[in-house]
Amino acid sequence: MATRNDELSPWILHFDTGSCNGCDIEIWSLLTPRYDIERFGMINKGNPKHADILLVTGPVTKKCATRLKTLYDMMPDPKLVVACGDCASTGAPFVGCYNVCGGVDSVIPVDVYVPGCACRPEVLIDGVVMALQKWNEKRTMEEVKA
Amino acid sequence: MTKTTLIPVGPQHPVFLEPLNISLKLKEETVVGAEINYGFNHRGLEKAMAADFRRTIYMCERICGICSFYHSTAYCQSMESLFKVEVPERARFIRLVMMECQRLTSHTLALGHTAEAMGYESLFMQLFREREALMRLVNDISGNRVHYSINTIGGVRRDIPMEKQKEMLSVLDGLETRFAKLAKVFKDDRTIKERTIGKGVLTKEMAKKYCVVGPVARASGIPEDIRTSYCRDLDFQPIVRDEGDSYARSMVRVDETFQSIQLIRKALTMLPEGPLEVPVKGNPSGEAFIRLEAPRGEVIYYVKAKGTVDLERIKVKTPAFVNVAALSAMVPGCEMPDIPVITVSVDPCICCTER
Repeated sequence: MATRNDELSPWILHFDTGSCNGCDIEIWSLLTPRYDIERFGMINKGNPKHADILLVTGPVTKKCATRLKTLYDMMPDPKLVVACGDCASTGAPFVGCYNVCGGVDSVIPVDVYVPGCACRPEVLIDGVVMALQKWNEKRTMEEVKA
Repeated sequence: MTKTTLIPVGPQHPVFLEPLNISLKLKEETVVGAEINYGFNHRGLEKAMAADFRRTIYMCERICGICSFYHSTAYCQSMESLFKVEVPERARFIRLVMMECQRLTSHTLALGHTAEAMGYESLFMQLFREREALMRLVNDISGNRVHYSINTIGGVRRDIPMEKQKEMLSVLDGLETRFAKLAKVFKDDRTIKERTIGKGVLTKEMAKKYCVVGPVARASGIPEDIRTSYCRDLDFQPIVRDEGDSYARSMVRVDETFQSIQLIRKALTMLPEGPLEVPVKGNPSGEAFIRLEAPRGEVIYYVKAKGTVDLERIKVKTPAFVNVAALSAMVPGCEMPDIPVITVSVDPCICCTER
């Protein structure tokens, strides 16, 4: 997909807050030749200070909640959060477990919810492309404000 | 006299897929000690799994996305021994085939991860391309890419029909030839050898002391493999190496990949005709203990039932739990840049470990 001049390439950061690894390996599939998310200009980065889109997998465990908040605060504006999979979206099937806070939205605001257990790479691509559009909208709004 | 520096690695780190924290003690560039902190991924699954034995099949697959089928198989086997039912032979073989398929996806993931940790981006991409063929194959058979969900207490829910078997064999043939080329890189590449040979050595004595299992144990010269008991009819011999370093661990995985392909071929030719499942009625009671060889080592399920839908106790012991702990014996004496490669060569699976 050719990007327009006013669209930039967001860098993504992946964080696992207690998932079963199912969605994580699907995110890895996303980076590899078959699905190849790089054609949308996205690249996986380990540093929150470089990242624009945060991909979160898994229900948020109590120990991870503070870390997730810290990571989110470290990211520069405009930033977006994509909750990958059912657990990250709602906390299911771990709702009621003694060490689980719930979905990602119980800790930080979420922009895009991607369903599925584990979420398929096709749906994930749909989710991050939606996030890309939202991110560009946010960027333009901030520029207008400034 | 140099000062000891403490460097935290994780819980969020580009090399780790999962939240794991290792506090490294460094003297200049050399690691002198490591402390591993667990608990980021603990969800309290053992309690949730004991709530209803019928839903546990769903829940136990969510312990780990990489070896989900092993968890559901181990759970179903322990339930079958509680209900005192014998699984049909065809179901047993289908389970075996799917388990080996999952071992293939897991080992290619582990090898790809190792390649990526060493900076071999192209090798990582190529391994994942091969892995994608496998993922599509299991998707064709089970309907799911990650959690197969074809196990049920008393058998399996999906058959592998004749045309799927043929497709499977042709995919595996292609995979074997392409994978042989990639395995050659792992075996002979000079940089890979220099980054892995002699790094993160776990001697046989230390391996026994830390009770390591799976490829980590087999790379340290311990011929432990539960498959020798349940793959008896397939003429199975475990792959063992003596070096105990990162290279040996990777090579055990490389060889096991080919071995798994052979096992699937043999199992498919021996696939007996018959029903897929036997009906199971009532509530379980009694105790069961099951061992299985997952990609990372032996997984143990202990179930105690009390005659109602909820279980008294379900205890899971996963391979990564002991293997990750052995890291603290591997890293002393290594240099800081080797830490990611050594960690990945153990194939840590935090979601299994912490549940």
